[in-house]
Amino acid sequence: MVARTANSDANSILAFDEKVVRKQFGKEGPLGNQLVAVKDNICTLEYPTSCGSRMLAGYESPFEATAVKKLKQAGAVVACKTNLDEFGMGSSTEHSAFGRTLHPLDSKRVPGGSSGGSAAVVADGTVKYALGSETGGSVRQPASFCGVVGIKPTYGRVSRRGLVAFASSLDQIGVLAGDVSGAELLLSSIAGHDESDATSAAPVPLNTGNILPDLDGITIGLPREYFPETLPAGIRAACDRSVMLLREAGAVVLDVSLPSTNCAVAAYYIIAPAEASSNLARFDGVRYGNRPEQPFSDVLSMYRSTRGELFGAEVKRRIIIGTYVLSAGYRDAYYLRATEARGTISRDFARVFSGGIDLLFTPTTVSTAFEAGEFISDPLSMYLGDAFVCPANLAGVPAMTVPIGRSGGLPVGGQFIAPSFEEGRMIAVARHLEMRVDPLAEAR
Amino acid sequence: MNWETVLGLEVHVRLKTASKLFCDCPSRFGDPANTNVCAVCMGLPGALPVTNRNAVDLAARVALALGCEVHKESVFARKSYFYPDLPKGYQITQYENPIATGGELEAPSEAGAVCFVLNRIHIEEDAGKSIHDRVAGSTLVDLNRAGVPLVEIVTEPTVADPADARSCLVELKRVLEYLGVSDCNMEDGSLRVDANISVRRPGEQLGNKQEVKNLNSFAAVEWSLEALREEQISELESGGTVSQLTFSASDGTVKAMRDKEGSDDYRYFPEPDLPPVVLSEAKIKSLSAGLLELPAARRFRFSEEYGLSTYDARVLTATREVADFFEDVVRLSDRPGKLAGGWIMNEVLAVWSGPGPPLSAVALGEIISLVEERSLSRRGGKKVVEEMAGSSREEPPRVVAENLGLILESDVALTTRWVEDVIREHPAEMERLRDGEARLMDFLVGRVMRTSGGRADPVVVRLMVKERLS
Repeated sequence: MVARTANSDANSILAFDEKVVRKQFGKEGPLGNQLVAVKDNICTLEYPTSCGSRMLAGYESPFEATAVKKLKQAGAVVACKTNLDEFGMGSSTEHSAFGRTLHPLDSKRVPGGSSGGSAAVVADGTVKYALGSETGGSVRQPASFCGVVGIKPTYGRVSRRGLVAFASSLDQIGVLAGDVSGAELLLSSIAGHDESDATSAAPVPLNTGNILPDLDGITIGLPREYFPETLPAGIRAACDRSVMLLREAGAVVLDVSLPSTNCAVAAYYIIAPAEASSNLARFDGVRYGNRPEQPFSDVLSMYRSTRGELFGAEVKRRIIIGTYVLSAGYRDAYYLRATEARGTISRDFARVFSGGIDLLFTPTTVSTAFEAGEFISDPLSMYLGDAFVCPANLAGVPAMTVPIGRSGGLPVGGQFIAPSFEEGRMIAVARHLEMRVDPLAEAR
Repeated sequence: MNWETVLGLEVHVRLKTASKLFCDCPSRFGDPANTNVCAVCMGLPGALPVTNRNAVDLAARVALALGCEVHKESVFARKSYFYPDLPKGYQITQYENPIATGGELEAPSEAGAVCFVLNRIHIEEDAGKSIHDRVAGSTLVDLNRAGVPLVEIVTEPTVADPADARSCLVELKRVLEYLGVSDCNMEDGSLRVDANISVRRPGEQLGNKQEVKNLNSFAAVEWSLEALREEQISELESGGTVSQLTFSASDGTVKAMRDKEGSDDYRYFPEPDLPPVVLSEAKIKSLSAGLLELPAARRFRFSEEYGLSTYDARVLTATREVADFFEDVVRLSDRPGKLAGGWIMNEVLAVWSGPGPPLSAVALGEIISLVEERSLSRRGGKKVVEEMAGSSREEPPRVVAENLGLILESDVALTTRWVEDVIREHPAEMERLRDGEARLMDFLVGRVMRTSGGRADPVVVRLMVKERLS
């Protein structure tokens, strides 16, 4: 019942204590006694919250995230804290101060990121459920790489209180599970309005538990921008097969266009670092967290060595980008234009969804799990890997990934994107595809 | 040729809310360090701000009182800079979309009236406090103040004298106190003023401006601006230029502050943790309707309604408490405003120490009545006011006057006997008075007062002595 410690080889877990786990058993509820792994940028009382950073190594939050509190109220056991790219910044979980997490099927590869630890512990069977967080695909991309289900809810659906902020206007706690029903159960346990998060949405029913007998009357759009020439053949084949299955189930599948898709990565990598540069300003060594042991001549040198020594390279890169794009003289050209592009992206989704399309279906990622180190010196290529996932974060709409096959032995994910607060229908359709597709079959 | 002075004011006002702007911590001043703090105002990871609607309402009332346009939607923004007493590394304030714009601040001045047009009013959170002098070699940080709500009131550059700036600030303080939105105490920092100044030849473009920060009194605003004006003019007249510096003012002199490294770039952007502040039309209307009469309007009404001089109207509206007290006395005693006003200005204000009045309006009304019906002399009335102001007992004025032996004798026969006794004892003085030595009247009245143990009515005594002269 208790998480296997064999997992330590994969380095997907940052904190686990059998005693802490045992103490929590004996609770009732929809998640009664179920082990849930929690990404280590979500505050818990059971374990420290490091955010994968030396800055917060050993940091014990005096309060727990609202999502965690709700999980516990549903009977869940906080099993462990999982590895991540530092503060959620990365797509491979290589940027953790505590070492990279291995892909459960191929240790040379990455599990994706930044919720790589959460995806890995669900994929290797350590736990059935995990919380992750998304700013630009950080739940869906690792879920896709590891062959599990991952949901990013509508912005505001789940309270962000207790989620250590990366980019507040994009951040959202998401869920990972081995199957659609598990992810749905987890999501319904943590969703809901929270007075202590001003961006949390007014209560909107989640409408989960829908079992559709077929997909008659469901119209699914295939945005052509998500199926470029460069899409690897295995991913294309897996998607084609899924589309065929969706049609067989009665869905109408149409080609649509989201012309602003090609701006998404650029807009994302301006807005997210801009907000990150501000959100991470609080880590200054003054009040909490760590700071290098040395006498400082003045406060500036304390800031410099604290932030210089305790943030990793990728975090520093994003703070510098974010500081630059908000600086006087550059703000209009970068930050403001990116927010305009963000508006266009949202309007593109709104237009498609108001034009008779219920859901969009796309590949989740531009590739299957890549090898560790492949992009470590080429951050831009790694950023481009977020092309299919980050538009949903920019628009605030819900999206999820389900395993739809294998390519070269590695999992391929199919993504559904829905209008805001339409998680219920999205999940129902995804469950339908899950029933029909063989996630282990090599796509050709 | 003349120089024209252009001034601008930035005033920070701490709003009197029970809790902070973005969390439930008390916003009280003066508690032990770091006791009114929580995850939100300490900037702990994962904590999120939630806007205190009460602070928004108070800010809107300030804006409405100053004639600003209050916006239905305003936006919080982050202002980034590093400082140990700024827990998040940014201050939540308003930038491109403040809660209110426009408006004006008008005050009586030597030249009649002076007016500063307002640029904007915005809401923001205060920072904590750095304490540099408690422990040698260390800076301590107290975060009790972090997150306390402020409004910043910013004027347009205005052609005015430093004395005008001071008048306007006095008037602003009066308005804020009337509204009850702030303690407006410059010593504890609930009212803080930054002022800037430039000079130019009339008709020319604005000159380089210099700023004085953290002025701790209205007097300091005036003298520091005077000092900078003189320096700027003499610099320009000797062919130099004014350098854009920031100054601090203390002990009667202004001192340029250390130049910051590089220019400030606060990297403002909209606060993503907070939705826009929305004030419905109905809400703005109800806040507007709930506004009390402000000092300028009340001054005008006092002149019109009570026939008070401009000066008296100003004194009697100096604070809301004094004005309320005045109107209470008039209403309860049904005496003319001029009479009640005279008593308040001459007798009561001398012993008025707290914000509230030193005695009740009913009591002052009774004292006035006692004097009017000649049961008390004016001087006796003053003594009763002083006695009642100095004691916490709530005895009726007549009892107080009796205890002090101040009630005047109403028995004419008795008074006549006192007068005649004194005249008999002082025939020579009586004779000199008849011969025109008028000051002896006071002497004789004084003697009668002494004989009567202060119980004789001096007005009656004077009449009786006069009668006996012929």
